[in-house]
Order: sequence, then C-alpha cells, then structure tokens
Amino acid sequence: MATTDNIPRVQLSHLDHLWFQVSGTRCNLTCHHCFISCHPQNDNFGYLTFADVKKQLIDSVKLGVKEYYFTGGEPFLNREMVPILIETLKYGPATVLTNGTVLKDEWLTALRDAESTSLYALEFRVSIDGFSADMNDPIRGEGTFEKAINGVTQLVQHGFLPIITAARTWNPEREMDIVSGFVQMLQKRGYATPRLKILPTLQLGAEENRTHGYRKDERVTRNMMDNYDVKQLICEHSRIVTDRGVHVCPILIESPDSLVGNSLADAQDDYALDHGACFTCYQYGAICSNASGSTMTSSSPETKP
Amino acid sequence: MARIACFGGIYNNYLALEKAIRDAQCRGVDDLFCLGDLGAFGPYPDRVFPLLYDHNIQCIQGNYDHSIGHELDDCRCGYTDPRDNYFAALSYEYTQSRTSVANRSFLRDLPAEIRLDLAGKRTLLCHGSPRQTNEFLWESTSPTHFLEHLADEYEADVILATHTGIKWHRCLAGNRDFVNVGVLGRPENDGHTNVWYTLIENLPNGALSVEFVPIEYDYQRLAKEMQQEGIPSEFIETVRTGWWTTCLEVLPSKERRRGQH
Repeated sequence: MATTDNIPRVQLSHLDHLWFQVSGTRCNLTCHHCFISCHPQNDNFGYLTFADVKKQLIDSVKLGVKEYYFTGGEPFLNREMVPILIETLKYGPATVLTNGTVLKDEWLTALRDAESTSLYALEFRVSIDGFSADMNDPIRGEGTFEKAINGVTQLVQHGFLPIITAARTWNPEREMDIVSGFVQMLQKRGYATPRLKILPTLQLGAEENRTHGYRKDERVTRNMMDNYDVKQLICEHSRIVTDRGVHVCPILIESPDSLVGNSLADAQDDYALDHGACFTCYQYGAICSNASGSTMTSSSPETKP
Repeated sequence: MARIACFGGIYNNYLALEKAIRDAQCRGVDDLFCLGDLGAFGPYPDRVFPLLYDHNIQCIQGNYDHSIGHELDDCRCGYTDPRDNYFAALSYEYTQSRTSVANRSFLRDLPAEIRLDLAGKRTLLCHGSPRQTNEFLWESTSPTHFLEHLADEYEADVILATHTGIKWHRCLAGNRDFVNVGVLGRPENDGHTNVWYTLIENLPNGALSVEFVPIEYDYQRLAKEMQQEGIPSEFIETVRTGWWTTCLEVLPSKERRRGQH
C-alpha cells in the first residue's frame, strides 16, 4: 500500500489537452459501468454555458493548448453544444464523447459545415459496449444499442468517421474476436472503415457496484515511476473544466482533491497519484486521448497484438 | 545559407532518395538535410546510407533510427492500434536484421535536432516535434497558437518536421513558420504514386518560401523488390496505388477521409 511518502507526484508539463465537463453529470442513460455515476437526475455537476467555454478557449490561446475534448454526462443534452463545438473549431481540434443516442440531423449538418470550413478536425467518440444488443444493453440500458448504432449511421451519413469507444467489460482473451465482431457489425451497418478505441474499465462510480472497487494495493508508488514514461498519464498534460473550477483529469472529478484551481492559469500545480484510477491510467496509458494525439513511446499493454 | 532541401522519412526508399537528391541539386540548394526515419517499410535498408554519405546529407535521428541504432525491441512509432503495431513490428524486424553494424552505429550517433541560421532566420530541424521525436503534428490537430508556443519555447523562427507522412505548412505570428516537409518513403495517401520533399528558402524580403516538390520514381521497381524481399503485400499496395493501407488509426478524421481505407 502506498504511504504519503511513497506517493509520486506528477507535474503538468504543458496543457496539451483541455477538457470540458460540458453537461455536468447529467446523462439520458444510466450505464452500470459509468465511472462518475451519471444519470438523468444527477445534477452533482452542472452544465457549462457557451460563455463559460468561450472564456476558457480565449485563455487557452496564451497557454498554447493543443486539443479540446468535451465530455459529460451526455454532451448533447447541453442545448449550447453545437454552438460550443462550432466556436471551438475556430481555435483548434475538438473531440466530443457522446453516447450517440440523441443526435439530430440538423446539428450534424451544422457541425459538418463548420468542420469543412475549419482548419481543424471534429472527432466524435461514440460509446458502445458490445457489437450486439445482448452485449451492450445489459450495461448501457434497454434499447441503447439500436439507438447508438443509429447515431453512428447518422454520423457516417453526414461524412464523419466516428471513433467507437468500448469499455473492456469482457475477458481480455476474447479481445480479438470482439474487435472483429465490432468491425463486421459496423461494416454491415454502412460504416466501411470503422475506427475503434477499447478502454479499460475504471473501478469507480457505478462500476464499483457492478464489479468491485480498487484494492488498497492498487496504487502507483514511487518505485513504479522508475523508467516510466510519465507522458502516458493524463494529469501530465491535461486539465478539465467543470462548473466548480478546474480539475486534474476527467476521471477524478468527483474526488474533492481533484479540484486544483479556479482558472487554467492557477491549475498548474503537481498532483499526487493517490487514487486507484491513477493505477489504471498508469497501467494502460493515454486512455483518454485520441490515437492521433497520443505520444506513445512503445506499444502499450492494451495495444499489443 | 539561404536555400535548403529537406527530405522527410525515407523508409528504405533509396530509389526515391536518389531522384530527390538529383532534383534538389539541379534546382540549386546550399545544403541537403534529412529529418530522420531512414528505415522501415521498403526494401534493402543498407542502400540508403551510401547516398547520404556520398552527398553529405546532414541527418536527424528519427524514432526509427534511435530504435535501430540502439537495438530496441520496437520502432517507437507511436501507434496505438493493434493492426498498425502488427505491421510496424514486421517492418521493424525486417529493417533491423538487414541494417549493417556500421550503419547502426551511424544511426545511433545522429543528433535529435539541427539548428541553423537560414539567412537570418533561426531554423530548427526536428523529426516529430521539437519536444518529442515521435509526436505527430497533423495539420488538422495542430492549432496555430500551439505551434506558436513551440516556436516561442524552442526559440525558432522556422520549425521543420516530418514523422506523420503528410506535408503541410502554417504561417505563424511574427513572420514565423511551421513546415511538415512530407516524406520520401511512401506516397501520401492521395491516390498518386509520387512522393515529396521540400525546398525552403529565406527570400531577400524576409518571407519564407516553401516549395513542396513531387518526386516521380521507379515505384514498380520498388514494389518488385519489396515483393522479392517478402515485405507484406499491404505495403506494396501502398507503393503501387498511393493509398495507405496501414498506420491508419493515427490519422485524424480530416486526413483519414482523404484516403481510400
């Protein structure tokens, strides 16, 4: 078990990835593995407004931010989501993490137009936790598989190439079969060149009840940092803005010690890797970034063929 | 020095390198530079080196060169997708086992960056980015303010990089520039078989001239040699068609949509 002396601290080297908890903890779904227990009535964290985001975008310029990410909850429950993304594309590349179940054609048309006139990419990451309703729905809710696949189809029809994101709720030995199941299913539904991102589960929030929490010995210790590429840790290059302030990373917002400042400029202090989730981040590396924006130094454990 | 030619990743494509050297010499340049990743993808790794030595081409160490030079277990290419890593591993094993001891030693000793004075412009040549050899700087995921931050931080008026395989140029505030010089190793996923290098010149009026130069080479011969060497057919298809078949998952959607796969 890690003692205070034995807990490594990580310095923010540069704010590469700026995240926004844009819909707070409000989500139209109640997934059993959600690491921040989002659901339709969860107002623990509130929405960010267009003005909130715009202020941070302006501040981000002098900090030299590289990429912008939007998460929730379900970001598209925020009525200002489309204008927020359109505005962001004036500053840099934007990625939105959605469950794909509430997308509207008129929103996607507006976003496609905005992306085509922007220098920068707009990425959609759509969460689907299995290549069939039988696999997905027990985790994400009845009927969510069909709704999410319809969302993927909508995105593809509007010219986007969504990244399908699945949490690894299966035995790792089945990984290759499951990946190929996803590819076949998506191709059958009209997505010719599917992009996939498989994530480890985080033993937090609802997932703690679905399976189990972290053991006390599942912590990062100082000696584990020897010869470790610290760039793999989200807190080394990211911060997330919520309606309460700036937190260290998108995974830990519910932990009181994750609030590290009121503004981006004063959220630069180093952070103690004191949580079980830090252990998952350490093990898998770059779990929150897009592949195009990660800087892996070698094949990560989750990606070895 | 005011006018230079920059070659991006060569990836064992000695046929394209030969043509690019000749082309640059005909156009008149003060110096030739290679921004790293001499190996990977193509056939006969050792054929690239004599060309570099004979023409005094100054090279930077790319991630591939670092790995081959230090005999590491993989190329540190920065891929995260299992299929991309699978093909990267095949190509790495091939190149590693066919690079001579002397050439490995050359790779090991290459510098991570070169700084030069381009007729008054502080010019920084690097592989991926000034801060990390295998960082991908794509056009659609590199905000102008981020590139300006790099230019400030690394005290450069011109940053020249490669690594992604696709060329692009952005003008920055303060009459500064970022240029991805493209690669000679493989076509850039546009359905054309040619590859690219870049001529950089600081003009008398202080503006930077950036000319991307297409290089047509004997790609059929390269493809045939790759076949003879047992290199995966997916790589050969790219040489013959100009469309990428591997390393696709690191592409942002804007760049990916321009390709066929």
